[in-house]
Amino acid sequence: MLEKVWRASLAPLIAAGAAIIISSIALIASGNDPIEAFREMWKTIDSTESVVLIINRGVPLYISGVAAAIGFKMNLFNIGSNGQFILAALIAGWAGAEVSLPPVIHVPFVIIVAILVGGAWALVAAILNVTRNVNVVISTIMLNYIGIGLTAFLLQEFFRDTENGGLVAQTKLMPESARIPSLNRLIEFFGFNFAPGVELYGFLVVAIMLGVGYHLLLNRSRFGYDLRLSGMNPQAARTAGVNPKKMVMITLFMSGAIAGMIGLPYLISDPNFYKYGDAFPSQLGFTGLGIALLGRNHPGGVAAAAAVWATIERATQRLGPIGVPPEIGRILQGSFLLTAVVAYEVIQRRNAAAEAAAAAAATAAARAEQEPPDADRDDDSPAPQPSGAPA
Amino acid sequence: MPLMTETSLDPAVPGTGEVAIELRDIVKRFPGVVANDGVDLTVRTGTVHAIVGENGAGKSTLMKTLYGAHQPDEGTVTVDGEVVDFHSPKDAIAAGIGMVFQHFMLADNFTVWENIVLGQEPGSGLRLDSRSARNRLLELGKRYGFQIDPDALVSELGVGEKQRAEILKVLYRGAKILILDEPTAVLVPQEVDELFASLRDLTSQGATVIFISHKLDEVLKHADAITVIRQGKTVGEVPDPSAVTPRDLAEMMVGSELPTPETRDSTVTDDASLVLDGLTVEHPETGLPVVDDVSLRVHRGEIVGVAGVEGNGQSELVAAIVGLVEAAGSISVDGTDLTELDTQERRALGVGYIPEDRQKDGLVLPFSIWENAALGHQHQAPYAKGPWIDAGGARAQTEKIVDEFDVRTPGVEVPIFTLSGGNQQKLVVGREMTADPKVLLAAHPTRGVDVGAQAVIWDILRDARQEGLATLLVSADLEELIGLSDRLVVMLRGRIVAELDPSTVTPADLGSYMTGAKGGH
Repeated sequence: MLEKVWRASLAPLIAAGAAIIISSIALIASGNDPIEAFREMWKTIDSTESVVLIINRGVPLYISGVAAAIGFKMNLFNIGSNGQFILAALIAGWAGAEVSLPPVIHVPFVIIVAILVGGAWALVAAILNVTRNVNVVISTIMLNYIGIGLTAFLLQEFFRDTENGGLVAQTKLMPESARIPSLNRLIEFFGFNFAPGVELYGFLVVAIMLGVGYHLLLNRSRFGYDLRLSGMNPQAARTAGVNPKKMVMITLFMSGAIAGMIGLPYLISDPNFYKYGDAFPSQLGFTGLGIALLGRNHPGGVAAAAAVWATIERATQRLGPIGVPPEIGRILQGSFLLTAVVAYEVIQRRNAAAEAAAAAAATAAARAEQEPPDADRDDDSPAPQPSGAPA
Repeated sequence: MPLMTETSLDPAVPGTGEVAIELRDIVKRFPGVVANDGVDLTVRTGTVHAIVGENGAGKSTLMKTLYGAHQPDEGTVTVDGEVVDFHSPKDAIAAGIGMVFQHFMLADNFTVWENIVLGQEPGSGLRLDSRSARNRLLELGKRYGFQIDPDALVSELGVGEKQRAEILKVLYRGAKILILDEPTAVLVPQEVDELFASLRDLTSQGATVIFISHKLDEVLKHADAITVIRQGKTVGEVPDPSAVTPRDLAEMMVGSELPTPETRDSTVTDDASLVLDGLTVEHPETGLPVVDDVSLRVHRGEIVGVAGVEGNGQSELVAAIVGLVEAAGSISVDGTDLTELDTQERRALGVGYIPEDRQKDGLVLPFSIWENAALGHQHQAPYAKGPWIDAGGARAQTEKIVDEFDVRTPGVEVPIFTLSGGNQQKLVVGREMTADPKVLLAAHPTRGVDVGAQAVIWDILRDARQEGLATLLVSADLEELIGLSDRLVVMLRGRIVAELDPSTVTPADLGSYMTGAKGGH
């Protein structure tokens, strides 16, 4: 187990080192002191509040990463999670504010609406692919723009909150019953204290459940087996009775459904929002692609990748005042992702070669035990005859 | 004949006896296989020379050697009297050898002339001299009788025209020795005659043509000389095709002796397990039938062997039974109609399947051994429990398969790519057998495995027959077919053209039916 973790983290560690070196070079080139910059970054994240904010940011990033990862697992590139989540956030925000339900039903209601809307929007690409053979990458990219345009239109024409002045384009506030309470009490229970106004998203619980569900689905279920199978060898999957069209439909729906949840932490867990509006984050879907790549589509790996991403975002927020361009965060993220992908590939090839050699050695050893070498049928005996006769 | 303006072709009298190409003792080994094991070939300038042989006989390997796609391990290649050493196709082209592949290598969105000059564009700097390219093309076409519109889009051409474009491409590069890999496989009969007429034009102007085929009638009709290859060796050279009959040639291809099946008790019963009725599969693009009205019964306890030169519909026949391709007609197993069922339902019903390409169709190489054992049975016990994969049950089942079928592996957790081909195949066979099939479709079950694994697999198939399994065996290995089958059927152009008794069949008969030298019903 420990060896497995070590093996899995070797590549990211190399990548982290490379990213720090590359961004240091960029800092020096732009006339800044890298040591001072990294010290400032560390200072920024070295507080309980920062940790909470990093976790909060990590929640939607993680959901976005899982949405991408489930598609990647079968080589299906859902590049449309941005459109899916924005449309889902708008409709879930509107629907959640329109109905009045008891809390135990209201929260799941909002989540289900978001899931259905996200999934349905992804299903458009799935149907185009299955019936008309339209490339999923292309159609999901295009559907982003349609989804974002449609969201703006719906918000303006139908879902806009006109009661409270109506100056800003946004939906009505979510009623109390639709919100998930913060987890601050939990932190306090463990003896941490921090400034008021910072709340640990209650939606974290849902994200953890999503991660566990993703793991079970992928590694324990028949569907997950078919999914991985289709990704690694689509031809063998067909031979094994997996219907490729059905797999495209279900997987894209799932990916879109998870993407539909990306905006929910803000919608029902963040006191600064509790509504969909112009200020809503808008690029989280795209970020998820990189996070899934960095986390190798692994439930835990994607969580680690989301944490790294959120940490870098947070750490570089206060670089401006000391004169360091905050874009250094982008350089850190980009160089980290690139070197990680290369390092994964190199290490994976090395591991595969080592594994093959080990298996060959173990097989040879097992054979030597089983039978004396001169009785080794594979090498020495003449060709067997299926009949009894001639050559 | 008009005066030649170009010197690429030497207007020698056809077949004057000058040797254009000579291959001596060519040996080419691949891991685990000797593809060419001492091949000799002599081709004279100005002739149309045919190379015939069954699939897997080593024809394509030989042509790749000649074209510089790989280098032989032993032996010499002589072109126009000079020993050559090709390191790449570029060297071969420089020596005047051009290859026309079976699968066309043309860019659909380009015009004919653009395709032909691709990589050798005339002009200077950034300027592309399209006029000189077109003119040269027209001139080449006129001289050799390959009429084609240089400005036509390749995507709008018919198959015959595409082939002409391919041949012109090779001529444009100055080839005087043309190799064509099964050029007639894609053509209709009239196009075949046109092709050979054009090739005849070429040779009359000094070019040399080598073509690969297994259609004996056209070989005898069009070739000036024939070389027969079997199991990597040259087994016959026919300098004068008019002196031989298709039967002679077929016998050369198949071999003069066939293995005699051992005398054994027949376990064939009267219950037909697999029943095919009027099964027809159409080619997805051309709409032509690749499996044509096949009706066949396989009884419990019987192995029916399907013989035939590869590409005559055997693969599609098996794929149709498993439900991987659309088919008309009816398929039933033990009285249950399969026609409306999908692959998963068919396999769950007891259709066992050993695919012909284990690495592409039968295994997922990065998956562990136990995950591969579940492949195709992943929705059933002991591999699954409800909607979940039952890892414990699957591992236990896999250990049973590994023991029983002698799969040599350090454990069931290692990825399958670490095993040898023979052990991979034993796992494939073992997992189908332990799933308790009613019907087994075995496509080339021992292809590319070592002799030890081959013996084990043959034993498994024989034991299963003893226990009443109905097996449809497709194989290119005649020893396997005759040694295992109770009955042989021969497929040619999608039809079953003969049904033979393996204990009495002669090489000449089998070869004649397989190659079409002997008519069908």
